[in-house]
Amino acid sequence: MTTLDAHSALAGEPVSTVPSRFGRRSITQAAIAAAVFLIAMFVLPALTSTFWVKNFTSAAILSIVAGATGLLYGRVGLVSLGQIALYGVGTWVTMRLGFATDWPYPVLVLIAGVITAVIGVLLGLPALRLQGLYLALVTLMAAAAFLVILADTKFPTGGPGFKGLVVEVTNSDSMRRPDVAETDFGFYRYVLVVAVIMFGLALAHLVSKPGRAWASIRHSEAAALATGVNTTTYKLWAWGLASFMTGIAGGLLAAHVRSPSTFTFGVEQNIILMAVVVMGGVATLWGGVVAGLLVAVLPELLQKWGFSSEWSLILFGTGLFANLLITSWQLDKAGIKE
Amino acid sequence: MIEVEDLTVRFGGVTSVNQVTLTFPAGACGLIGPNGAGKTTLFNVLSGFVRPETGRVSAFGDDLLAMPDYARARWGLRRTFQTEQAIEALTVYDNVLAVYEHTTKGRAARQAAVLDAIGLVGLGDVAFARVGTLSPRQRRLVEVGRAVVGTPRVVLLDEPGAGLPEAETEHLGAVIRTIPDQVGAMVVLVEHDMSLVKACCEWTAVLDFGRLLASGPTAEVLRDPEVLKAYLGQEELQ
Repeated sequence: MTTLDAHSALAGEPVSTVPSRFGRRSITQAAIAAAVFLIAMFVLPALTSTFWVKNFTSAAILSIVAGATGLLYGRVGLVSLGQIALYGVGTWVTMRLGFATDWPYPVLVLIAGVITAVIGVLLGLPALRLQGLYLALVTLMAAAAFLVILADTKFPTGGPGFKGLVVEVTNSDSMRRPDVAETDFGFYRYVLVVAVIMFGLALAHLVSKPGRAWASIRHSEAAALATGVNTTTYKLWAWGLASFMTGIAGGLLAAHVRSPSTFTFGVEQNIILMAVVVMGGVATLWGGVVAGLLVAVLPELLQKWGFSSEWSLILFGTGLFANLLITSWQLDKAGIKE
Repeated sequence: MIEVEDLTVRFGGVTSVNQVTLTFPAGACGLIGPNGAGKTTLFNVLSGFVRPETGRVSAFGDDLLAMPDYARARWGLRRTFQTEQAIEALTVYDNVLAVYEHTTKGRAARQAAVLDAIGLVGLGDVAFARVGTLSPRQRRLVEVGRAVVGTPRVVLLDEPGAGLPEAETEHLGAVIRTIPDQVGAMVVLVEHDMSLVKACCEWTAVLDFGRLLASGPTAEVLRDPEVLKAYLGQEELQ
């Protein structure tokens, strides 16, 4: 009866103020993010060689792709095994436009982001009806189809026509970089800034109306519909946002490696990415950063320590398993069934 | 007021709702019947998750079946489910806000509306706690809060009292009774707990094997010998 007595006043405690979303916890988070950013921006390059700065550039680029994949899976409940293919679309579009025009580099990347978003939404159409394993399979098959097309068209090298290939490969086949970031160190910082903008874009979505709509969809589509969420719109919006981020990352990759190889976009890379994304954690956007570091830096570290970089696959597998085990313990302790 | 006319729903060979014609008046109404009577199916027709084979459904004069499912929430139709639907990862405030912003136009007064709904169900002291940290009773109240925020016209509650101890059900009943006056919405309550139905509903309809068995003022319906026989065996109602 105590429960009833304690709550028998129907009006309850009157609440009139809403705590700011920028409360103490958010300020701590922002401070940590700022510290990580500043260290990555100024301390890290001072301590390491060009080789490692290049690896950290890859990590920053891949963390955008991982963040986008984690957003789709962790926040909306959609499994995409086609993210690396979309990453390749972004790279291809940036290279093709880069050779065909003299538009500023940010414009190229932005267009690549938009075109990738459109293709991503088309890829997301089956997601309106499919879930779980079947969605994973369909997106993986789309990634495989993309690789077949890519193997035929190859990355543009400055030639004419739709494919933009030159017959005799010369030194002119590499992608240009923005003027402010010609050096490897400069481009590393450029990528960091873009990555922060992309994560900011994702965060802005998550704390506002779309973020709450996605949380509703992830919890239960029926309940989301019953509370007025147009699930079609919001699912496609999620695909669009994730693909836009991925396309931007592809644009960065074009100027990072300058003459990309199709091997970077192998079908198996999609599965590895998904595993590392889950391993990094999908509950916060930090997981994307962790995943980016794991996938780009860990293999190089292993190599440096005298192991084959292929060992990273085994570490990813065990790491994924450990993560799932720990998560299920934590859920169990918190009394949450998932 | 909800008017259901000649409603039939079939799943393969099973006729879940069979030529039901009934009217729920404004206020709070009960919808009772044994398991499999078609209560939740009727709710699913109202929400748009199930397409009926025949029949018409109108609410306050508007044709519900003509609206897409998500648009019905914007029209003012809300519901809770038998399974828990409050989102654990979000706070109580964000849970209620998520419903408000998808059902109501304009941003003005949204804080006030969300806090009003939270106050109505008596969760003011945990308004900014994550739903995952709340007790089952509180989670149930979050769902009621989600159903009453803004300007709903019809609130469908599917077994809100299931699994709650008696004292907690009493508080839930008190909350439900305030909805027609304080929120201005009519309530349809599907419930197996007769004390909750008696406490909340002036008017009750009884379904049995997809057919309408009786409808009318709650006290009369619960005395109806047909209802007692079909729904409760021969026992007297307490």
